[in-house]
Amino acid sequence: MTLEYHVISTLVEDKPGVLQKVAGMFNRRGFNIDSITVGKSEVEGQSRMVITVHADEKGLEQVTKQLNKLIDVIKIKDITQTAVKRELCLVKVSVPNAKARAEIMQYTNIFRAHILDVSEQTLMVELTGDKEKINAFISLVENYGIKRIARTGLTAMSRGV
Amino acid sequence: MRGGEAIIESLKNMGVKTIFGYPGGQTIPFYDMLYDSDMDHILVRHEQCAAHAADGYARASGKVGVCLATSGPGATNLVTGIATAYMDSSPIVAITGQVPTHLIGNDAFQEADIIGITMPITKHSYQPKDPDLIPSMIKSSFEIASSGRPGPILIDVPKEVQEGELTKFDDSLISTPGYNPNTKGNIRQIKKARDLIKQSKRPMIIAGAGVIISNACCELKKLADTIEAPVMTSLLGKGAIDETDDLALGMLGMHGRKVSNDYINESDLLIAVGIRFSDRTTGRLDSFAPDTKVIHIDIDPAEIGKNVDVDLPIVGDARNVLSSLNKLLKDYEVSNDVKSWANMIREKKQELLPRVTYDDVPLKPQTVIKEISEVLTPESILTTDVGQNQMWAAHFYNTQKPRKFISSGGLGTMGFGFPSAIGAKVACPDDPVVSINGDGGFLMVCQELATVHEYDIPVIAVVLENRTLGMVYQWQSLLYDERHSQTLLGNSPDFVKLAESFGVNGVRITKPGETKEALSNAIKDNEPVLLNVVIDSEEALPMLPPGAGINEMIGEYKLEKDVI
Repeated sequence: MTLEYHVISTLVEDKPGVLQKVAGMFNRRGFNIDSITVGKSEVEGQSRMVITVHADEKGLEQVTKQLNKLIDVIKIKDITQTAVKRELCLVKVSVPNAKARAEIMQYTNIFRAHILDVSEQTLMVELTGDKEKINAFISLVENYGIKRIARTGLTAMSRGV
Repeated sequence: MRGGEAIIESLKNMGVKTIFGYPGGQTIPFYDMLYDSDMDHILVRHEQCAAHAADGYARASGKVGVCLATSGPGATNLVTGIATAYMDSSPIVAITGQVPTHLIGNDAFQEADIIGITMPITKHSYQPKDPDLIPSMIKSSFEIASSGRPGPILIDVPKEVQEGELTKFDDSLISTPGYNPNTKGNIRQIKKARDLIKQSKRPMIIAGAGVIISNACCELKKLADTIEAPVMTSLLGKGAIDETDDLALGMLGMHGRKVSNDYINESDLLIAVGIRFSDRTTGRLDSFAPDTKVIHIDIDPAEIGKNVDVDLPIVGDARNVLSSLNKLLKDYEVSNDVKSWANMIREKKQELLPRVTYDDVPLKPQTVIKEISEVLTPESILTTDVGQNQMWAAHFYNTQKPRKFISSGGLGTMGFGFPSAIGAKVACPDDPVVSINGDGGFLMVCQELATVHEYDIPVIAVVLENRTLGMVYQWQSLLYDERHSQTLLGNSPDFVKLAESFGVNGVRITKPGETKEALSNAIKDNEPVLLNVVIDSEEALPMLPPGAGINEMIGEYKLEKDVI
């Protein structure tokens, strides 16, 4: 069976230990979390977790069912097909010379990214987008030398009502 | 009212009369408040046994069992018992003391993150940081533990919360919006089940613990009678149907009855109820009922399709689903095909009954179980330990009623048999309770002889003495060239003297007939007793070797009909 990448949006109780329970369940059942993001939701006392996971069809079914069994998990939805997906990434790029600086700034414009910090040898770029866009930017600036990358992991929301 | 008193009060509100526990530094406030209460407390001699006793209580009664331990090592000693209850869906509430809140995280004396440690083996857990939350957390724990697919709940109470004053006793402060077990069963799916049953020529039922947990045994029997389907069970499903019934085939699986293992793949429709298709039940998955349609009824959707591929899933409480199904089958008429299938299975059951009649010395375990069967009534409760003793009991003992066969199935916990019998006896004081143990497992928990003596709990502990760790020994004999690595126990202790040192009567049994006599006397005397039965260390049940299919048992299956 083929592993596919799925985005699961989960509404959970905003309580200590919930992240540990969710992450622990994935680990125990042998599923790999690609990324997990957590933050407050529109409901007081409830958080939204967006989890991306690589799984085949049977694995995904188990993940969803096992997640549902956790008392602190209120709602689960697989939004892989319908969602707008975004990730935020900070990249610190080395700037060996003025030409490089100009090129990186151009790329930044093309990718609708922002420069957050400038030093003599580096630029820090803030970039938002789906996985592919971020990976594309990173591979473009790789040649200048990447000092550091910090990515938030994917968050997502289904389109429409 | 203080926190500790709120615990006691809340437990009483939940109908609890007895708790099993062991005090320690961080539960002194609770125990001080218990001193003035009328709650019964049974002081076990090791925390693990408190959890097993609560588990045995729960399985025998269907009510939530409660155990208590202090922080740190007390709490970690509960872990095996909690995991045992988790694997077998047994409703227990474990209450632990914790270091005062301001010390949590400081590696204080006897501090352990028991909530974190037990996360994968509890259905849910709570840690009240405010005494006001205690009544609500206990109420919620009982509701969650006993509903849906039951399971253990842990409540970790910091010391100062036990001592703190409540502003108000209110048990409605907690809601669990994410917890809505689906109990009813989708009627469209149930109608499809009816259609499959009507088309089937060779139906079979396989019943698991879920049938017992949901009190669905009458509904199951009715279904089996209506459609004339043979019924097999898992280990924990024993008691879901009266095993003396001519269509009850007994246990299926690694050490299952030959008739079950041989004929399951002949059926064209398997109705699986309240069972999770463990590897010990199915053998190799691709040769388990490969050409058979499977209907799977279970309250836990995660169990459906997890191991065995299912043609028709029905999520719901076994009792609700079966009673809806029975209504839909009112006009069912048994076809000639089904009749001749059922008759063939009836004949095979008789033909393949396992041999239990021997007059050998050293005793054959089969004979011991046979003699126990002859003494026990259908109401009697049999608990087992884990290993050969468990499989012999499961294989040769006919359980006739639900909640009368208690065993650690999923986790396979050695040391479960004796303490779970204590819990079962507390739950059902009027029914004889016998625990069958091996000499290995019994020694892990033999200190509880003090408990049965002190509280005069008339549990009968049968210790089958073969001086080996029999199940592993058996595997080594069959699969590892008879290299018996670390499975010989030597000749210590003398179990009769061991029992006597605790003030418990011990009887040494070596010959046929003696088990029956000693057991009858023990039941008559209504006192705790240890029956030390010396058995043949080379006796072993046939088995499915690892990776084998359900009908590929190895070892000679001796038949009762061949007894001369």
